[in-house]
Amino acid sequence: MAYQTIIEDDIDILVVGAGLGGTGAAFEARYWGKDKKIVIAEKANIHRSGAVAQGLYAINCYMGTRFGENKPEDHVRYARIDLMGMVREDLLFDMARHVDSTVHQFEEWGLPIMRNPKTGAYQREGRWQIMIHGESYKPIVAEAAKKSADKVYNRICVTHLLMDESRPNRVAGAIGFNVRTGNCHVFKAKAVIVAAGGASNIFKPRSVGEGAGRVWYAPWSSGSAYGLLIGAGAKMTQMENRIVLARFKDGYGPVGAYFLHLKTYTQNGYGEEYESKWWPQLQQMVGKEYLDPDSWHLTHRPIPTCLRNHALISEVNAGRGPIHMVTMEAFQDPHLEEIGWHNFLGMTVGQAVLWAATDVDPKNENPELTTSEPYVMGSHATGCGAWCSGPEDVSPPEYFWGYNRMTTVEGLFGAGDAVGGTPHAFSSGSFTEGRLAAKAACKYIDDGKAEGIRVSDEQINRRRAEIYKPLEHYRIYRNEITAGTVNPNYITPRQGLDRLQKLMDEYCGGVSTNYMTNEKLLNIGLKKLKYLEEDLEKLGAENIHELLRAWELKHRHLTSEAVMHHTLFRKETRWPGYYYRGDYLKLDDENWHVLTVSRRDPETGEYTMEKAPCYHLVED
Amino acid sequence: MPTFVYMTRCDGCGQCVDICPSDIMHIDTTVRRAYNIEPNMCWECYSCVKACPHNAIDVRGYADFAPLGHSVRVRRDEEKGIVAWRIMFRNGKKDMTLIAPITTKPWGQHIPKLKEVDAPSKEMRDSQLLYNEPKYLRFDEGGLHTLEAAGLKMKQGVFY
Repeated sequence: MAYQTIIEDDIDILVVGAGLGGTGAAFEARYWGKDKKIVIAEKANIHRSGAVAQGLYAINCYMGTRFGENKPEDHVRYARIDLMGMVREDLLFDMARHVDSTVHQFEEWGLPIMRNPKTGAYQREGRWQIMIHGESYKPIVAEAAKKSADKVYNRICVTHLLMDESRPNRVAGAIGFNVRTGNCHVFKAKAVIVAAGGASNIFKPRSVGEGAGRVWYAPWSSGSAYGLLIGAGAKMTQMENRIVLARFKDGYGPVGAYFLHLKTYTQNGYGEEYESKWWPQLQQMVGKEYLDPDSWHLTHRPIPTCLRNHALISEVNAGRGPIHMVTMEAFQDPHLEEIGWHNFLGMTVGQAVLWAATDVDPKNENPELTTSEPYVMGSHATGCGAWCSGPEDVSPPEYFWGYNRMTTVEGLFGAGDAVGGTPHAFSSGSFTEGRLAAKAACKYIDDGKAEGIRVSDEQINRRRAEIYKPLEHYRIYRNEITAGTVNPNYITPRQGLDRLQKLMDEYCGGVSTNYMTNEKLLNIGLKKLKYLEEDLEKLGAENIHELLRAWELKHRHLTSEAVMHHTLFRKETRWPGYYYRGDYLKLDDENWHVLTVSRRDPETGEYTMEKAPCYHLVED
Repeated sequence: MPTFVYMTRCDGCGQCVDICPSDIMHIDTTVRRAYNIEPNMCWECYSCVKACPHNAIDVRGYADFAPLGHSVRVRRDEEKGIVAWRIMFRNGKKDMTLIAPITTKPWGQHIPKLKEVDAPSKEMRDSQLLYNEPKYLRFDEGGLHTLEAAGLKMKQGVFY
């Protein structure tokens, strides 16, 4: 094929994916590496890419130590109980102690952060959330990254990481293709920070047909954070810990500001409070340590999000749906009504479109809520991602191997969705993680750890051939048929995605099974994923755009396989409301108060699973 | 709510193609104007709507759950630093205009060039601090939080 191979050599730090994590990494890397060559490779356009592309109306992670509000350890305790104990507290503490400086910088750069007129502090939405006018959140941080980077490559779909051939298990850069020109791009780098996105669209969405793009997490979040890292043989953690969101029905508009700031609340179809009825049964499943309504006022512990989901799901299954958000009281106040609408326009315009289309005025009627299909990601209220080293002054030995946020592959760092065990980082925390990874990556290079990296032409050519295979395959077999998309020799990326979503939905606890799975189902699912893996070698891509979709699908497939293995490994139901192991319906602290860690052998594709200790900060 | 493009307004400039995070705004080779090639991968993020210099792009709610006859329009202006929305209901009973700031400063001018700021000292490099810390953390004399200062330690196992 006539596509050129364009090589960018001598890169010190390559940032793969420039959402909030990647922009933070590129920005900060310049400070610690004045003369270093810093390059960004981004799948879309850095000005509107990643999960924050359309904006945000809140920053969900801000301590406010400056205003005497919270300390980092408070945030660790909060994230810990919300995730039923399963977090990397060293990474969380580290993120939380730095996140405020990130937010203060954002304000200085021009991000409009609302202030409480009485106290002068940032306007709180809840204990951890502050309110912003964030339509241009992403363009603003993109400017910061552009000022620091030597070069920004937009529209590069990175398909693989390159590995050093002089030393095993060391990264050497990345390879991909330009989504516009089709050219192959090789980035030879001493250190790589993977800040690509988590995974939407691996479980069948509730939306159908034209609406299939209406997913909660952006449809362009293709699990590349995981696909790239797993493909390079990095260890992953907590991949079973997918998230299900309780959101406004169909549009998946955010509910945080509604609950916390507008003080709206939920009720069942008959106008009754329903949550508390489910607590006694749920307490039997998870134990008093995780659900103790009697002591809430003493401990100030929130109810874990998954348990509230469980109540919602159970109530609907009991025939008392739909669940409504009671907005009719709050929305009588014109100021609060305006905030309610701004909240959607700032981050989920689609919900405003839907309410305009269906004449839902929350002042006069209470809108419906539902639970979403599951998502695999590591920056919102869940902790999927790579098993990374923590900071030197906090981490116990099992969590520390030299460089903060470095994966188990040398020179390969993570930020945002890529780092496992660090839920509740959100946008500001992801940016902060990028900053931490960048400092560590500069140190890694300055310590001489990246000397003598070698990438052969053979490796580049082998990957290049793999990259274009779907185009080649299509070209060869297309004319065997008259017209259309049905071909005995290939499937299209869309057909492959539909198959992936269906099997994840049915075997790994999606919406059709009410988030229920078991060992039998998971084993069948793994078998079907293998068939799909074989068929992915026969993907047919008609053009460069389809080639993009082909590689997104391959990354989603690798992500899904990890999720399936992790779900099979953890023999308990740790997060009722996110998913259920029907064969182990109880939480089991005796055997499973541990973090799950996996590795896929890049040569054989075989998985090994292990348990890693779960460390906590003393006292509750 | 997938996007669509009005034939008479689009001149095929390609701004939407350049900005779309999902790579679904393409130029049709026959009419030489933009269109949405893959509505079921559209997140209705409005990036293309905001980027279009001719207001040629609009959104029509997803066919699988949104009835026809509504409108949510937007204008974004970096110079003025505002974004303006107009929401019109299907039944015509609600017609709202909402305006929000998008920045508090002239665009892009208050972001530092880190190449030009003083290089970090060795002490700074050896510490856990990031750029502009500890000052930007707390704006008081306090430093970075550590486990030691907070009287905390990491302990293995289950104890709560």
